[in-house]
Amino acid sequence: MEEKKKILEIKNLSVSFDTYAGEVQAVRDASWDVMEGETVAIVGESGCGKTVTIQTVMGINRTDNCRIKSGEILFKGDDLVKKTRKEMHKYQGKDMSIIFQDPFTYLNPTSKVRNQIREGYLKHYKVSKKEANEKVIELLKIVNIPNPERVAKQYPHELSGGMRQRVMIAMALICNPKILFADEPTTALDVTVQAQIIDLMNQLKDDFQASIVLITHDMGVVANMADRIYVMYAGKIVEHGLSEDIFYHPKHPYTIGLLQAAPRLDQKKQDLQYSIPGTPPDLINPPKGCPFAARCPHTMNICVEEFPENVYFGDNNHFAACWLNHPACLKEKQIGGEKV
Amino acid sequence: MNREVLLELKDLHTFFKVKSGILKAVNGIDLTIYKGESIGLVGESGCGKSTLGKTIMRLYKPQKGQVLYKGKDIWDFNKKELLQYRKDIQMIFQDPYASFDPLTIIGDTIAEGMDIHRMHQGKERSNKILELLKLIGLGREHMNRFPHEFSGGQRQRVGIARALALEPQLIVCDEPISALDVSIQAQIVNLLNKLQKEVGVSYLFITHDLSMVKQISDRIAVMYLGSLVEISPSEEIYEKNYHPYTKALLSAIPIPDPIIEKKRKRIILNGDIPSPVNLKEECAFVSRCPYATEECRCKRPELKEISPDHFVSCFNADKIEALENQSF
Repeated sequence: MEEKKKILEIKNLSVSFDTYAGEVQAVRDASWDVMEGETVAIVGESGCGKTVTIQTVMGINRTDNCRIKSGEILFKGDDLVKKTRKEMHKYQGKDMSIIFQDPFTYLNPTSKVRNQIREGYLKHYKVSKKEANEKVIELLKIVNIPNPERVAKQYPHELSGGMRQRVMIAMALICNPKILFADEPTTALDVTVQAQIIDLMNQLKDDFQASIVLITHDMGVVANMADRIYVMYAGKIVEHGLSEDIFYHPKHPYTIGLLQAAPRLDQKKQDLQYSIPGTPPDLINPPKGCPFAARCPHTMNICVEEFPENVYFGDNNHFAACWLNHPACLKEKQIGGEKV
Repeated sequence: MNREVLLELKDLHTFFKVKSGILKAVNGIDLTIYKGESIGLVGESGCGKSTLGKTIMRLYKPQKGQVLYKGKDIWDFNKKELLQYRKDIQMIFQDPYASFDPLTIIGDTIAEGMDIHRMHQGKERSNKILELLKLIGLGREHMNRFPHEFSGGQRQRVGIARALALEPQLIVCDEPISALDVSIQAQIVNLLNKLQKEVGVSYLFITHDLSMVKQISDRIAVMYLGSLVEISPSEEIYEKNYHPYTKALLSAIPIPDPIIEKKRKRIILNGDIPSPVNLKEECAFVSRCPYATEECRCKRPELKEISPDHFVSCFNADKIEALENQSF
C-alpha cells in the first residue's frame, strides 16, 4: 500500500447549494484520497452528500446555485477547483469518467449506442470515425455484450437494464481513464445482474489498471469490492479505514449501526431487525455538534456542543470522528474493538 | 396443522396482449395463503410478481384459473361481497409518495377508506385516525400535514396506516421497502412484524430482496418468468434449497463481510431473464439453467413436495443435489 501513489486528493472540500429555503451544506469539510489501482468506497445514506462529492470532483455540477466554498481537489498536482468549466472538459471522460445509477436516464434515447460510446473517444483523440467504431466493438466485447456488432447499432430502449449498464461502462472506459467513479452502479439492477456487473468491474479494474471510487449504501457490494472505505454522514466523513478495519473493528456508532442494519443471509431470523432510530439531519441548518448525536445511542453532552476531531487507530490511517474514542472520554464508555 | 385458508390461487394465468404476441405474466400459479401468515414472494424484475399481486387485488382479470377468497371466486362476487373483499384486502405500494394525493392531508388520506365503508363517524373517526397514527409511531400533530412534509420512511408508515384503517385480512405489500434507505428499511420491517403480532393480519410480501424478506416471512415463494419454482418455509430455504434458480439467486446476494464474501463461490447466471412473450411449453428456467436436460425442453415441471411444506418445480432436483455433493 505504501509504494502506491496518490492519484487524487481532496482536501477540506465544502460544497453548498443556494436554494429558496436557504443554503444547503451538502458537503462539509470532507477530505479523502484515492491511490493508484485501488477501489475506494464512500458509504452513506441518501442525502449524505456522497454523490455531490464526486460530481464536484468531476466538475459536472458547476451550476449557478452550487458553490465550492473551500477546499482543493488535487489531480496529478493540478487543483481542479480552480479550473473553469471549459478547462474541466479536458479531464471529463479522459482521465476520469463516471457510471451513473440509472443507465436509462443518462443514455440519449435518440442516439445509437455506438455513437454515444465513441463520442468521448472522438473528442479526446484525433481518430477517424472508422477507427472509433472499431474501438467501440472492442469495448463492447470487453464488457461481455453478446453480438456487439448488432448492439452497437441499436438504441438504448432496445436493451435490458444490465446491458445498458454495460454500455455505460464501455462508454466510461473508452479513453482508458485513471479513475472510474461509480455512483450506485448496481442499485437499479436485479441481484443476479448485480453479481455480473460486480464481477465485471472487479475484472476491468485489473485489466485497465484504473482506480474505482464506488458510491453505495449496500454494505454487501462494499464487502465484495472495496479496499478502503470512507463512511459519510450529513456531509462529513465520520470514519475511514481499510475494508477489514471498518467491517470488523468499526469505531463510529453510525458505522456500527449501518453494519447492524444491513440484512444478512447468513443470519437467523430475529424478532427485531436492528434499525437506526430517527432520520438524518436537515443540511440547511446542520447541528453544530456531531450530526449523528440525535440518533446515537451513546450521546454525551459534548456531542451536541462540538464536532469531534478525528481519532486515529493503528497504522493504516483508520480514524473515526467520535467523542467516544477521545482519550478524555471515560474508559468504560469507549467503543471496544469487538466485532459487531 | 390446523390452518385456516384465507386466499387460494388455483392454476392462475394472467396474460397481456402485446404487439409481438401474448405476454404470459402469470403462467399457472397455485398458492395458498393461510390466515395470519406472511408469504414472501421473491423474484427478479419482470418475473410477474407485481402482476400476481394485482391479480389478487382484482385489478387484472385472469385468463384462466381462479382466485378463491374464503372459498369463493372473486370474479363471482356480488356487489356486497365485492365491497367486503375490497375492505379485507389492502395494498402497500413501492413508492409511498406517488401513492398519496399531494393535496390531501394525511388524516383524510388515512380515513378515506373508512369513509367509503362508513366505518367510523364523527368523533370516533378522528379518534381512530389518531390511534392509527400512534400505532405507526406518529402523533396528533402529523394529522393535518401534507405528504410532502414527511420523509420517505414516514410516508411508507402512513401507507401502512392507511392499509390498516380498514382492518384487513390480507395486505399485499408490493416492494414496500426497496425505495428506502437501509437504516429505515429495518424500521418498516419491524413495524410490519409488530403489527402482525397485534392485529393478526396476513401479508403477501412482494420483493426482490432475499435478505430482508427473511426477517418478515413464514414461507418464501420464489418466482421466475411467471411460474413458482420453489416454495419453502422461510428458514429452510436458506439452508436447503433445490431449484437451480433459487441457488443462483441466493449466491448472487453479497454478504456484508469482506472475508466471507471474497472466499464465497458464486453461481453467476449468464444473460438476462428471457422475454415472457410467447413462452413455449418448457421449463421457464431452461435457457439459463446449467443442469438443463432434454426433458426440461419438452414439458413444464410441476411443483412437487420434496420435504414437508417444501415444494420444488424441477425435474432434476435430486440429481443436482447429488452432483453438488460430489463437487465438494
